[in-house]
Amino acid sequence: MLSESFAQGVSLLHRLDPRLRIVFATLFSFLLALSLKFPTLVSGLALSVILVWISRLPRMEVAKRLTVINIFNIVLFLVLPVTFEGTTAFFLGPVACTREGLLLAARITLKSNSILMIFIALVATMSIATLGHGLNRLHMPQKIVYLMLIAYRYVFVLEQEYQRLSTAIRIRGFVPKSNIHTYKTYAYLFGMLLVRALARADRVYQSMLCRGFKGKFYCIHQFSFSRTDRIWSGCLFLTLILLGGMEWLAPTIF
Amino acid sequence: MHISEGVISAPVLIGSGVLTVAGTAIGLKKMDYEHVAQAGILSATFFLASLIHVPIGPSSVHLLLNGIVGLMLGWGAFAAILVGLALQAMLFQFGGITVLGVNTLNVAGPAVLCYYLFGRLVQKDTGLAVVGAFACGALSVLLTSLMVALSLLFTEESFFEVAALVVTAHLPVMIIEGIITAFCIGFLKKVKPDSLPGFSTSPGESTVQ
Repeated sequence: MLSESFAQGVSLLHRLDPRLRIVFATLFSFLLALSLKFPTLVSGLALSVILVWISRLPRMEVAKRLTVINIFNIVLFLVLPVTFEGTTAFFLGPVACTREGLLLAARITLKSNSILMIFIALVATMSIATLGHGLNRLHMPQKIVYLMLIAYRYVFVLEQEYQRLSTAIRIRGFVPKSNIHTYKTYAYLFGMLLVRALARADRVYQSMLCRGFKGKFYCIHQFSFSRTDRIWSGCLFLTLILLGGMEWLAPTIF
Repeated sequence: MHISEGVISAPVLIGSGVLTVAGTAIGLKKMDYEHVAQAGILSATFFLASLIHVPIGPSSVHLLLNGIVGLMLGWGAFAAILVGLALQAMLFQFGGITVLGVNTLNVAGPAVLCYYLFGRLVQKDTGLAVVGAFACGALSVLLTSLMVALSLLFTEESFFEVAALVVTAHLPVMIIEGIITAFCIGFLKKVKPDSLPGFSTSPGESTVQ
């Protein structure tokens, strides 16, 4: 079942202005994605851990989300040192493992974990509706915000529809196997989902027109930029400059 | 088919980000307000397709179905897939902010291409339409995996083995997607023929029943 498991919670980060969180999550993510030096990457990881800690999210849940990405990282650690060309670090039996390969795998692991945790702490702590309205206030094109809010609204409805259809085929004795019958059944199931979704889209649009829809969602919620927000954006901005400085300005100090 | 955070280099991230913004802008421009609701619900459906696991041999794959999204939306596929991927990032943390551009391009680019290649063909009443639908589903997945491989190779030439692995792993997915797309298009042609391709009928026509 779908749920926005991180959006509910009581922490300082949940209360911060969504616009501030979107902007800083984007800046930090890109900064770390573009960084190459280890001091920057390790500091980024530390920052992300601190942010997750402040957000007071259930740790098991966060760990679960990180597991997915780290399984991929383990694969990289297995493949890259062997396939990468460079100076040999050590031999694993007859296979030479290169230093460059190991470093690249380590870099990717650091980056992916810290970017993901920053995203969880700053962006996943708001609901998609809040994200939509926040993006709207940040002057994203009206249509894409509208598209996103509609998609969000109907993801949950369509998921129920999908559950209903799959229960229906199961009750009629359908057991998925690797055969044409199974693929045909899934194709028809998805086709039915599309047909119903389109019919629903028609009805939704008609009813919106009846209520005087003019192509714009009005965001009634007023975002207020409080004193806490100002202090936080100051701190985050300093961290950003520090990380950027470590990466690009002071090659000798670090 | 996600590239996760932290893998891709700056030039590839920025280049594909720019292309995705351009594609999305074209898609939004071509989409009038009447169709945004439809596109939104389609992007929710596209998002759900990734939750449907289809058995194949001993394991299972999840559906991508970007071929069908392309056929139905044309350039609008960019906006719909961007939103679908953003929702996946929000709900499951698959992918994220920095790779949104490259992932959207890799999935939506082939979708738009398939719209131009097979859009007319699948409308026909001959057996060729079925072949076209199969090719549309298979090709969109093949191209997506090739683009993922290219994104990796442009990042780092030594990613060759990983990239080759991505493409080989998707060969069986390609065939399954082809079969499912062929059946699904056949179904849509019977049940709601006006939904293909780039369905231009104005919403509301079918509500008077």
